[in-house]
Amino acid sequence: MTPLNAEDLRTAPGRRARSAGARWLFLFASIATIGVSCLIVWTIASEAWTFASQVEGSQLQTIGWFPRRGMFDLSTLLVNSAQISVVAMLVAVPSGLAAAVYLSEYAHPKTRRVIKPTLELLASVPSVVLGVFAISFITPAVLSRFFEDINFFNKLAAGIAVGLLVIPLIASISEDALRAVPMALREAASGLGARKVTTTLRVVLPAAVSGLMAAIIVGFSRAIGETMVVTIASGGGDTSLFDLSLQESGGTITSAMAALGFGTDQVAGNDLAFQSLYFLGALLFLITLGLNFIGNAVVRRMQERY
Amino acid sequence: MSLLSNPAQIAQRATDSLQLKRRNDVWGTTFKVCLFALTAFAILFLAVLIGVMVVDGWPVLSNRLSVFLSQGFSQRSAGDAGVWQGIIGSLQIALTTAIFAVPIGVATAVYLVEYAEGSRFARVVELNIRNLAGVPSIVYGLLGLTVFVKTLSGLTQGKTVLAGGMTLAAMVLPIVVITSVEALKAVPSGIREAAYGVGATKWEVVAHQVLPASMSTILTGTVLSLARALGEAAPLILVGAATGFLSFGDANFMETFTGPFTALPVLIFNFARQPGEDWSANAAAASVIILVLILMINGTAIYWRNRLEKKW
Repeated sequence: MTPLNAEDLRTAPGRRARSAGARWLFLFASIATIGVSCLIVWTIASEAWTFASQVEGSQLQTIGWFPRRGMFDLSTLLVNSAQISVVAMLVAVPSGLAAAVYLSEYAHPKTRRVIKPTLELLASVPSVVLGVFAISFITPAVLSRFFEDINFFNKLAAGIAVGLLVIPLIASISEDALRAVPMALREAASGLGARKVTTTLRVVLPAAVSGLMAAIIVGFSRAIGETMVVTIASGGGDTSLFDLSLQESGGTITSAMAALGFGTDQVAGNDLAFQSLYFLGALLFLITLGLNFIGNAVVRRMQERY
Repeated sequence: MSLLSNPAQIAQRATDSLQLKRRNDVWGTTFKVCLFALTAFAILFLAVLIGVMVVDGWPVLSNRLSVFLSQGFSQRSAGDAGVWQGIIGSLQIALTTAIFAVPIGVATAVYLVEYAEGSRFARVVELNIRNLAGVPSIVYGLLGLTVFVKTLSGLTQGKTVLAGGMTLAAMVLPIVVITSVEALKAVPSGIREAAYGVGATKWEVVAHQVLPASMSTILTGTVLSLARALGEAAPLILVGAATGFLSFGDANFMETFTGPFTALPVLIFNFARQPGEDWSANAAAASVIILVLILMINGTAIYWRNRLEKKW
């Protein structure tokens, strides 16, 4: 009988090969995810560049956004996007933060088990449905009571609906931030005789402030990128005149893209209309990427602290 | 005020002050009530939303539900319009999305957690995934239009379910990866070590131990992300979902994968754009149908996730 050597204890070549092959498959998959990013950047960059190099400066500063007539006033869309997102944040931040504080500091575990899944269900409401809600309820049943001559399609309703959509996102990120605050801080505050409300406002919230900021930034980025709500409730047409009033309709970066996209081969009129779609995409991509980058950086700083 | 001279007195004072404080803590109570009210606002809104949709869609839901569910889309009259093609299109798109997004997403997660944890490559992939997760859905529509509809037209035949599904697959890929990574990380390392200890190869550890142990969490995460794809309209509009009249002709089920298509949310958008009471009733009724579909899928997934949450 020969003694065992290292060769006998090695895994059979077939099993080893299978293991190595699987590793390559997994590696290819992760390279594919990077490929998706590269494809996005490549597609929008090339067409956006065509637009940027062919458009004339005077076309970018006109009375509004009329792509088929060669008027690409970016400020109209940017201002509308900003207005709607700010309205959205006015709705979403108080409710989202309050839900997060309530869930993390006050709610009984049983209440929590009901509210948390409900918020998740809220997050899954499709944006087209919220758009329909905006024109069938928010404008006619709520806003028209306060503003008599409000337009049926208006930025205010769009902003409120987008805000409702963003609540669960802000609530979920903020709650994670609040729960990351060590229990010892709360116990120390209570031990010094602080009331619950003092502990929450003076100790827990300041400790989690960077996470809460991140939640707001990510929420803002989501609000800017929201398309269908705005397209249905405010920017139905593919053109919009520059107007600062929230009671009037107006297209945003995203709704202008959707409008250009209805039957993409029908984009007629000005040659640059089709390319402007990609230019807007590039703009939107850069804005949201920048916001998310800041948000992620803030979250990382928070994670390192505790 | 008398001097506190014995323990009983001190205890009495302490109890008094506690009770006094609780009664007088107006600010604390107000704060708590405000928090609860704002939280309730979010929950209440979901109820109002569902209520408004049901009420507005009631003429359609009560009178011609079966016709509405089985009829194709017609732009000529609101009374004939149905959502059948939208439902079929949405289910086909969800299926295509799953076929592309799940294998790539789970495989990426396995590579990140099991093979490359902490490496520079893993950090790059993770950063990339996080950034992709923040890209607005309509930008994925541009990707779909250029790459899947035009460049890959040999494979997808242009504006088809296949192109739409692949676009949404790219969109949900980051969510699938993120939820799968969390599921894999939750598997305790003792399970891996035990498998290595009895001589399993890396592939056997992954395929026989880690994946089965995390499968339920991965599946519920995947279902949640597919539900998101089901409700998405913006990228499909850019990819060219039919927004007008759509005829399947006598195409069989497989052929509809490579023909013109539409989807439920796109139909809702379309109904909402038409003027008139009848069309808004259609939009509300279709919204009820998609809400029921999505809330059912998500409710089941969330319920199972909470039940299956393993305490290792």
